[in-house]
Amino acid sequence: MIDLAAYSPAVQAGALVGAVLLEAFVLYVAYGGLERVAMPVVEKIKHA
Amino acid sequence: MELFGIALMTLVLFVGFGFMVGVLFGFFGMGGSFLVTPALLVMGYPARVAVGSGMAFVFGTAVIATLKHHDLGQVDYKLGGLMIVGTSVGIEIGRIGVFYLEDLGLASGVIGVTYVALLGTIGVFVTRNALKNDGEDDSGGGHHEAANDEIDPDAIPDIAKKIQSYHVPPMMTIAGGIKVSLWMVLGVALATGLLSGFLGVGGGFIRMPAMFYLIGVPVPVAVGTDLFEIVFSGGIGSFLYGMEGGVDLSIVAPLLAGSALGARIGSAATGIVNEDDIKIYFGLMLLGGSIAVAFQQAGDYLGIEIFNTIGFALILLSAFMVSGAVIYSTISTMRAQTKASVTSAD
Repeated sequence: MIDLAAYSPAVQAGALVGAVLLEAFVLYVAYGGLERVAMPVVEKIKHA
Repeated sequence: MELFGIALMTLVLFVGFGFMVGVLFGFFGMGGSFLVTPALLVMGYPARVAVGSGMAFVFGTAVIATLKHHDLGQVDYKLGGLMIVGTSVGIEIGRIGVFYLEDLGLASGVIGVTYVALLGTIGVFVTRNALKNDGEDDSGGGHHEAANDEIDPDAIPDIAKKIQSYHVPPMMTIAGGIKVSLWMVLGVALATGLLSGFLGVGGGFIRMPAMFYLIGVPVPVAVGTDLFEIVFSGGIGSFLYGMEGGVDLSIVAPLLAGSALGARIGSAATGIVNEDDIKIYFGLMLLGGSIAVAFQQAGDYLGIEIFNTIGFALILLSAFMVSGAVIYSTISTMRAQTKASVTSAD
C-alpha cells in the first residue's frame, strides 16, 4: 500500500483527483455495461 | 454497522442523494454545488470539507455526464475551450469584486441579494418562455441534436438571432451550424464567469441559459458543453481544496456511485424529453432555489435558525420534485413513442 501522507500536499491532492477520475470512469463503464444488459430485458417486458 | 468507515445508513443516504443530484446534473448541467455543499454543512461537516468534497463530487459527476453527452454528440469542444478561457478571466475579476466588497463590509448582503435576484429573474424568464412556446411545437419527441447537425431557425430565440446578426470578425461556427462572433462567445463566457466568481458558485445555472439565449446553442448541446467546462473548473477546484485536506473520499465515493447512474439517466433524458419541458423544469428549479436562498439569507440576517432549515428543505424538495418529474417525463415519452410505433405498425 502506498503511504500518501509521506508525499507533498500537491501529490496527495493529485492522487485524490486521480482517484475520483478513476472512479468516474469505472462507474461510467460499469453502468454502461449494465445498461446494455438491462435494455433488451426492458424492451422484452415493454413489448410482452 | 459500518462500511468504509461510515455508517451503513449514511452510506445509503449518500448513494440516494447522489442519484437525485446526478439526474439533475446530467439533465440540466447544473445543481451539484447548489445541493451537495449545503447538505454536507447541515450534516455537520466542516465548511472546508463540505465545499471541497462537494467540488470533487461535482468534478466526478461532470466527467460521467460529459462522457454520456459526448456519446450523444452533444458537446461542442471548440466552444467549450473558448468558454473555459473567458470564464477563468471572469471568475478572477468576480473574486476581486468580492474582496473589494468585503473591505467595505458589504459582501454578504450584496452577494445574497444578487443571488436571489438572479436565480428568480432567470427562473421567471425561462419558465415564461417555455410556457409561451408550449403547444407551438407539438413534435413531442426527443431532441437528438448532434453538434454538427443543422438546427431549425425557428428554434433559435429572437434575442440570439439579434445578437448573431452583429457580425464582428472573427466569426466562428458553433453547434447547429450557427455562425457567431468570437467576441460574443468570449463576452458571454467573461460575464458568466464574473457572476460565477462573484457568487462563489459553479455557474451552470447562468452559463446554460446564457449559451442558449445569447449565443443560440441548442439546449442539449448547451448542457453538454457546460458540463465539459465543469470538468475543468471542478478538477482544478478539487485539486486546490485537496491540497488543504478538504476532500474526503469516504463522502465523495458513495455520492459518486449514486450520481453515476443518475447522470446517465439525466443525460439520456435530454435526448428523449421535449425541449420545452426541459426549460420548464429548469425554470421551476431556479425559482424554487431563489425562494430557498431568500429564506437562508433572511435567516442569516435576522438570526432566525428555522429560516435556514426551511431554505435547505425547500432546496431538497424542489430538487426531489424536479428530478422525479424528469424521470416521469422520460418514461411517459418512451411509452408514448412505443405506443405510436405499435399503432403505425398495425
